[in-house]
Amino acid sequence: MVLVVVLVVLAVGSVVFHFWSPWWWTPIASNWSNIDEAIIITFWITGVVYTAVILFMAYCVYRYRYHPDKRADYEPENTKLELWLCGLTTIGVVGLLTPGLLAWNDFVTVPEDAVEIEVLGKQWEWNYRLPGKDGKLGTTSIRLINDDNPFGINPKDPNGKDDVLIEGDDLHMPLGQNIKVLLRSTDVLHDFYVPEFRAKMDLVPGMVTFFWLRPTRTGTFDVLCAELCGVGHHIMRSSVTVDEKPAYEKWLNEQETFAALYPKAADGSQLAGTQEQARDITVITAKESESKTAVR
Amino acid sequence: MSNGVLDETQVIPPAEVEEVDLYHAKSFITKWVFSQDAKIIAIQYSTTAILIGLVGLVLSWMMRLQLGFPDTFSFISPEDYYQFVTMHGMIMVIYLLTALFLGGFGNYLIPLMVGARDMVFPYLNMISYWVYLLAVIILTASFFVPGGASGAGWTLYPPQAILEGTPGSQWGIILMLVSLVFFIIGFTMGGLNYVVTVLQARARGMTLMRLPLTVWGIFTATILALLAFPALFVGGVMMLLDRVLGTSFFMPEIIQAGELLGHDSGSPLLFQHLFWFFGHPEVYIVALPAFGVVSDIISTHARKNIFGYRMMVWAIVSIAGLSFVVWAHHMYVSGMNPYFGFFFATTTLIIAVPTALKLYNWVLTLWKGNIHLSIPMLFCIAFILVFLNGGITGLFLGNVAVDIPLSDTMFVVAHFHMVMGIAPVLVIFAAIYHWFPLMTGRFLHEGWGLFHFWITFLGSYLIYFPMHYLGFVGVPRRYYEIGETSFIPPSAATLNEFITIMVLIVGFAQVVFILNILISIFKGKPSGENPWDATTLEWQTETTPPGHGNFGDELPVVYRWAYAYSVPGVEADFVPQNLPPDQIKRSGSSGEAVAEDPPELHKPE
Repeated sequence: MVLVVVLVVLAVGSVVFHFWSPWWWTPIASNWSNIDEAIIITFWITGVVYTAVILFMAYCVYRYRYHPDKRADYEPENTKLELWLCGLTTIGVVGLLTPGLLAWNDFVTVPEDAVEIEVLGKQWEWNYRLPGKDGKLGTTSIRLINDDNPFGINPKDPNGKDDVLIEGDDLHMPLGQNIKVLLRSTDVLHDFYVPEFRAKMDLVPGMVTFFWLRPTRTGTFDVLCAELCGVGHHIMRSSVTVDEKPAYEKWLNEQETFAALYPKAADGSQLAGTQEQARDITVITAKESESKTAVR
Repeated sequence: MSNGVLDETQVIPPAEVEEVDLYHAKSFITKWVFSQDAKIIAIQYSTTAILIGLVGLVLSWMMRLQLGFPDTFSFISPEDYYQFVTMHGMIMVIYLLTALFLGGFGNYLIPLMVGARDMVFPYLNMISYWVYLLAVIILTASFFVPGGASGAGWTLYPPQAILEGTPGSQWGIILMLVSLVFFIIGFTMGGLNYVVTVLQARARGMTLMRLPLTVWGIFTATILALLAFPALFVGGVMMLLDRVLGTSFFMPEIIQAGELLGHDSGSPLLFQHLFWFFGHPEVYIVALPAFGVVSDIISTHARKNIFGYRMMVWAIVSIAGLSFVVWAHHMYVSGMNPYFGFFFATTTLIIAVPTALKLYNWVLTLWKGNIHLSIPMLFCIAFILVFLNGGITGLFLGNVAVDIPLSDTMFVVAHFHMVMGIAPVLVIFAAIYHWFPLMTGRFLHEGWGLFHFWITFLGSYLIYFPMHYLGFVGVPRRYYEIGETSFIPPSAATLNEFITIMVLIVGFAQVVFILNILISIFKGKPSGENPWDATTLEWQTETTPPGHGNFGDELPVVYRWAYAYSVPGVEADFVPQNLPPDQIKRSGSSGEAVAEDPPELHKPE
């Protein structure tokens, strides 16, 4: 009998906890409210099933508890009932999958007008690169990375000279702008995670990954790493500020470009040194433009 | 199949199972240490698995101490913490659950339940255990090598797993991979044995559709494991080569601390695909035996046939098949081609249908039953609740878009602990309380059992249910400490303290359980034969516990399915599978037909 009470308390208590506990998601700051909606739909469908099954089980335990004079029913199977249950479950699954896949379709379809920015992760810090006045990011290679060129920007690519570099500082984003976030890592896996944006994606060394979003609320939000990346995983932090357009422009104008920060690397003079590096660059430029196309 | 004896014998295949020559041990060592008896091997497997599982349990305490009370325990460094996390995960999933369900329960129950004298390859079976023990020793040794055990997370994702900056990247990861390789070798020997035994050594009359669901679960899980473990084997060997010989299977060009490493053009994603191609079936390698065991225990203790036996079998088989096409749902945020999301979300949610059907059928077995709330039954009911909870959160994480915000948060930790931590462990407890009388001839102490049940069930629910909500808040997993954030309220720290305290309490309840086992082996209440009035063959042996060779002079002949409980027209409320039809005591005078098998199961030609 204790068990029956416990089952009912757990079923009802879980629902109560769901609605009244202080722990819920952060107010959203991006366009991904359809993800939140899919979660809410999932909660309703699965919550009803959960409560119904537990309460029915509690009823069975109570109603059919052992009694020496009673005898259990003998019914090996009931195909009709099982087909009904299968059918209802299938309908539930379709109800879950539809909003989920619709949201995913948006997620994988990057709008044409999205501005590309780059997040560069390394143990255990975040760096960012924004396109300059030309609106394009220069090509890069991990082999070009050194103290004078921390992002590995290809000096032969004119698009790269005016790229805005943010090293170890906070990122800003303009409100209402579609942004495609390109993700690059120089060492191990990381994951660019801003809880308020809902979206997140791994940074994978050796490839460029991406996701897109449109900030819908101004404010400053924490950036965390969500993919285990070594002992400093938990301290790999940064923050991102969403500004109104004018404030964003003002901030952007205060940031330094590749050419200004690293003149020696940007004019390519430092590369003349070895033939090997020169050859690398050619290979790299070809490779990177390929991977960029693939990303699009 | 209208009535009478004749029809029943028609469905028994005419072929006799040939008697096999058993290996008869002559010395103490060959009988108890290097034993070839599946029952002894089962106990060796189980003891080893539970001992290493206790190490995993202590690791979870250490990790929870750090999470619940950061800045309090100065002896836990970030390195230690990540090592605890990694070793806890790997030990629990592979070395405890897989070994206990397949090596432990598989060895004990398969020959007994199918009516065989032993496994078909007893010598191989013995080697299987010793190789497993070697794997456990190598894994344990990794705590003591320079740099300590691996701290790469149980998923061992490269490049991080084998690079500096990760604890144990010197020796720990090498020993971890070598240990896994040995585990897989040992398992393959045992696994082939279980499959061949089920297919070839069943007693006369034991058709596949008369097998108890426990055997179906273990059998199917073993086939899954035989197909899935090779992917982990290959991944492990390649990572060993990357680490030891500097190859680049999983290692792209990497700059670490300003140095360009020698690797080039490897793919970190390739490892993730290999790992999860193994890793997802692994969930079902643990779950399917649990499904089977639960079905049998519920049926026995509710005195009612399992509801929809055929559907249960097909659900096991289709879940097993589907489990091979869902693996990349662990990789939605990995950077793989995003269009994979559509496929893997769909397959993942389809798997919910047969799984839900199994759950409905367990509950429907209780419906109109005559339910004994014995301790095994209590654990089974708790399992249904916990598994339902964990299955439901799987529908969140499997649905690609919904997974994106929840991935890599505490929601995931709560989900998989519910569904493949607590749920299978509850079944293991149910199984131990249920079969302990068979193994020892004694009951476990009931009062202690109740204490163990309530603390374990309620404690685990209180640990993991609220933890999902930490994930909603956005608390990431695998964090040594949360530190300062703007989005995590201080109340989350209070919840973390609560969870840690519950973990310690639930952990200590397991100590009571172990003591209960140790004391009951010698002092438990004698159970007699077949104390639960079960129908399956393991309870129909000549002696309890069953002796060498399992059955008496004659192997049992099976006349019916395993769920002849409360059959109308029969006096007793159960009919053992091997009871000849002419020995059944009928009740009433109606001369009514006695349904031996549900008619659908066997249609005489």
